[in-house]
Amino acid sequence: MAVSIGEVENISKLAKLKFNEEELKKLQTDLNNILEYIDQLNEVNLDDVEPLENINELVNILRKDEVMQWLTQKEALQNAPDKTGNYFRVPKVIDK
Amino acid sequence: MKEILQKYEPVIGLEIHAQMKTKTKAFCRCSTEFNAPSNSNVCPVCLGHPGVLPVLNEELVNFILKMGLATNCKIKERSIFARKNYFYPDLSKGYQITQFETPICYGGYLDIELKDDTKRKIGITRIHMEEDAGKSIHDFSDDESLIDFNRCGVPLIEIVSEPDIRTIEEATTYLNKVKQLLVYLEINDGNMEEGSLRCDANISIRKKGEEKFGTRTEIKNLNSFRNVADALEAEFNRQYEVIESGDKVYYTTMTYDATLKKTSPLRSKEEAHDYRYFPEPDLVYVEVNENKLESIKNELPELPEEKKLRFKKDYLLPDYDINILVQDKELSNFYEQVTSNLATKNEKTFKTSSNIILSEVLRVLNDEKIDLKNLKLKPVNISELIGFVSRNEINNNTAKDVFNEMFTTGKNASEIIKEKNLIQVSDDNLIIEIINKIILENKSEADRYKSGESKLKGVLVGKIMKESKGKANPQKVNELLDKLIEN
Repeated sequence: MAVSIGEVENISKLAKLKFNEEELKKLQTDLNNILEYIDQLNEVNLDDVEPLENINELVNILRKDEVMQWLTQKEALQNAPDKTGNYFRVPKVIDK
Repeated sequence: MKEILQKYEPVIGLEIHAQMKTKTKAFCRCSTEFNAPSNSNVCPVCLGHPGVLPVLNEELVNFILKMGLATNCKIKERSIFARKNYFYPDLSKGYQITQFETPICYGGYLDIELKDDTKRKIGITRIHMEEDAGKSIHDFSDDESLIDFNRCGVPLIEIVSEPDIRTIEEATTYLNKVKQLLVYLEINDGNMEEGSLRCDANISIRKKGEEKFGTRTEIKNLNSFRNVADALEAEFNRQYEVIESGDKVYYTTMTYDATLKKTSPLRSKEEAHDYRYFPEPDLVYVEVNENKLESIKNELPELPEEKKLRFKKDYLLPDYDINILVQDKELSNFYEQVTSNLATKNEKTFKTSSNIILSEVLRVLNDEKIDLKNLKLKPVNISELIGFVSRNEINNNTAKDVFNEMFTTGKNASEIIKEKNLIQVSDDNLIIEIINKIILENKSEADRYKSGESKLKGVLVGKIMKESKGKANPQKVNELLDKLIEN
């Protein structure tokens, strides 16, 4: 299953990344190589194997519902590239 | 809409998002407090800083299991979280942690009862855990928005119904039932206006009698019962017109404008989101064993259906009263506090308590636009008032006046009754004296009543009650008037 240039473009759009034509081609080759490598797995019969959803076999690592203040408001905002008052300020993105 | 409903029927499913009343967020220990100063309840986890690890809040699991059990769901022994990837400024990490393929609760249902007493079973496909996003303020400027991440990471459960709903009344009744359960379970505050309960509605239409579903659209972010009903109606009509004009309905996300009463597309098909879900590697499996389920079952409070049965048995109230009282958990608690403080507990005083609450208490709450918890009158004050009624010391009408006086002045029933000298006159001699006076003053009416014009009795009783300043025991007045007229 080969990845088309259109698919590479779509993936980069979803990842909000921009590439020129040359880069797209290189990515296409890379992605196809990776997929080809992974396709080898298809040769193994996995009919009776449950999918592994998490590499970690741990279960129920939970914490109590107790409040802890980690950051002050000032600390929370200190790395913000842009802020106004006590808000992060970002370029406008509205769905409509 | 009526004519269209002869030909077409809507097929509706609801997705209800309920904010959980946990103290902390889903995956970090920040407070979930509402109305805190902006960006004060945040930490590296919910701000999406690199290298941090989310840890699941135990209480979120408890809460969703309660809802699962209350909605007859099956519980998944082992479930995982997934990442739903999309970029939006109020989503700090660039993905939302949610459950995708393995919701923890699935395959449940709720029975709803409609106004005409018909019952319907609405299937619940799934209930899963996820986190909320932050809040954007868009009206700050034309090209920039402000973000408050306090809400980012607050736990939500999403309750997804089967497309089993066939009318708008069914949709709002089902939504109300879900809200009622959430509030009874004390896991959500049921407040749609403040956004702690939100609803998306899926709707398609099909010709009556047809088996196959039409293409659905999804109306996002409906924040009141009114909007759910109106948006469904608007979208039903829109789809009808599309189909009647020979066109096809396409899957679209819609938004509803409550002022225009119209639905319109939020984003087009080409821009449809591709969320690229995959298992969240930072969180481990959630397992629920028999012991856990058993302990959650034991923690379940009395739910509305059980409470209705108990109210019928314990208080011998009519169904009408029970339905209104139990609809609201606070109101039913208030009722039980009133009755528990009654000096005389019997069918009559239980009913009088219900009457006062349903007519007077609900009226002032409505007039003053306040909640039960902000009512200054306490249940014990109302129990005292009902004591006077049950001892026949005041009649029902006087009780209403006293209640109003209690509400406006904050005084006790006994103070008001004493001050205004309202104790009902049950003494036969005093009442006879008044009746004789009225008969004398209204000779012709009295004669006509005697000769069979029964409707004149009301006039005479009215005048007698007025003369007694409302204090005569109405039952006695009725009895004695007949006796005196006979003679």
